[in-house]
Amino acid sequence: MQALKVRAVPAVEPGELKAKLSVRGLNFYYGGFQAIKNVTLDIPERKVTAFIGPSGCGKSTLLRTFNRMYALYPDQRAEGEILMDGENLVTTRQDVSLIRARIGMVFQKPTPFPMSIYDNIAFGVNLFESLSRRDMDERVEWALSRAAIWNEVKDKLSQSGQSLSGGQQQRLCIARCIAIKPEVLLLDEPCSALDPISTAKVEELINELKTDYTVVIVTHNMQQAARVSDYTAYMYLGELIEYDITDRIFIKPRKAATEDYITGRFG
Amino acid sequence: MGITEHISKQFEVDLATTRTRVLQMGGLVEAQILAAIQAFHTGDFALIAQVIENDTRVNGYEVAIDGACNHIVVKRQPAASDLRLIMAISKIVTDLERIGDEAAKIARMAKQIHEQNGLHAQRFPAIRHASEIAVKMLRQSLDSFARLDVASAAEVLKEDSAIDDEFRSVLRQLITYMMEDPRTISASLETVWVAKAVERIGDHAKNIAEQVIYIVRGTDVRHTSFADIERELSRE
Repeated sequence: MQALKVRAVPAVEPGELKAKLSVRGLNFYYGGFQAIKNVTLDIPERKVTAFIGPSGCGKSTLLRTFNRMYALYPDQRAEGEILMDGENLVTTRQDVSLIRARIGMVFQKPTPFPMSIYDNIAFGVNLFESLSRRDMDERVEWALSRAAIWNEVKDKLSQSGQSLSGGQQQRLCIARCIAIKPEVLLLDEPCSALDPISTAKVEELINELKTDYTVVIVTHNMQQAARVSDYTAYMYLGELIEYDITDRIFIKPRKAATEDYITGRFG
Repeated sequence: MGITEHISKQFEVDLATTRTRVLQMGGLVEAQILAAIQAFHTGDFALIAQVIENDTRVNGYEVAIDGACNHIVVKRQPAASDLRLIMAISKIVTDLERIGDEAAKIARMAKQIHEQNGLHAQRFPAIRHASEIAVKMLRQSLDSFARLDVASAAEVLKEDSAIDDEFRSVLRQLITYMMEDPRTISASLETVWVAKAVERIGDHAKNIAEQVIYIVRGTDVRHTSFADIERELSRE
């Protein structure tokens, strides 16, 4: 007589993995408005974690605290801890550019620089490293290959990055991110502006990238979150409602509020 | 399960309609069993023909409901309880269709038995008793599905062993008959198939009850002992 086991998917609980980013009691304010309320969660290393929730829930805000995007705006502030390798990114005196070299970001709208495809990649690398021409060529090829776009652009590296299609531009932006060898990739609705085929290619890329990088993705598309992520966090009105293995969230969520959102009973 | 309604009214309607059709299919299948057992005992050839013909309607339900499930999956990409409901419905209608097949089988055996010597059928009240348990199990499992009642579904799982006992009892009696009088072998074998069909109906009703537990609790209790299931359900 076999013992009954919970028929969970064969995946590890988020708390059992090594955390790349540990968020502890994080609060975030836009002026007087509190957008994130006491959020605590661990982002597992070399996995894909998705943030989902309705508009205004704080998921993009949370994502942007990880690489201090809010530092650009004087009336935005964070309190609490975001620990990476023992250092609190909220209070660190480290140069924010160095943080952003380790934690790269891709935005909803592709943002290629108004320069050649080659220079789009080389520009960021040059800020942090001094490479010979040959080494830079190798780095550019490596980054574009890793972003699954090398074959499409290898014969036109001198052409403007803005001459590419939307999906290609987004993969160029991902290549630009990984060229400087970050540890974390933050993707803020990276496929919202893309057609289904480009979306599928970017999702496929995300699946490959997680072998080397910790990926955090914000998405409005719940099916995308179900497809690409290992762990999913559901947020609502600035609070973390539920955080679990993705399959569990989408097959048997613990909280009624999560169930209501993902089944479209929300509102 | 969600108490509030889906934002999409059409989704609500699609789910409600599909659930209703499952219950309609269940009602038809239950009527088929009752008619087939009646025909087994009485040799009513018109009833036998009706049961065999009605099996096409049962099959039609299976195809239609599976089609509706496909439609919901492709249109809505259901998640959580909605997903579990659709997956379970697809399995439930398979079991209902198989019950329908067993009922048709009973009717065909009844025809053969009564074309020879219908006396044999009256010697086995155990078959009528077993069929009453099977019908009760089916009715209760469908009722559990309608009300999404886990406790009621769990009770169905308990009943399955009662049918297995009746089946073994009938088998022992039939072996004795066949040993005493080899002329009864043909009719006895056909009666074995009838008893086996009733036993299978009980198994399918149990499967349906297991799916109800999956819909409500998200726990897959198939291939698990009843003691373990009870422990799991009381823990949650």
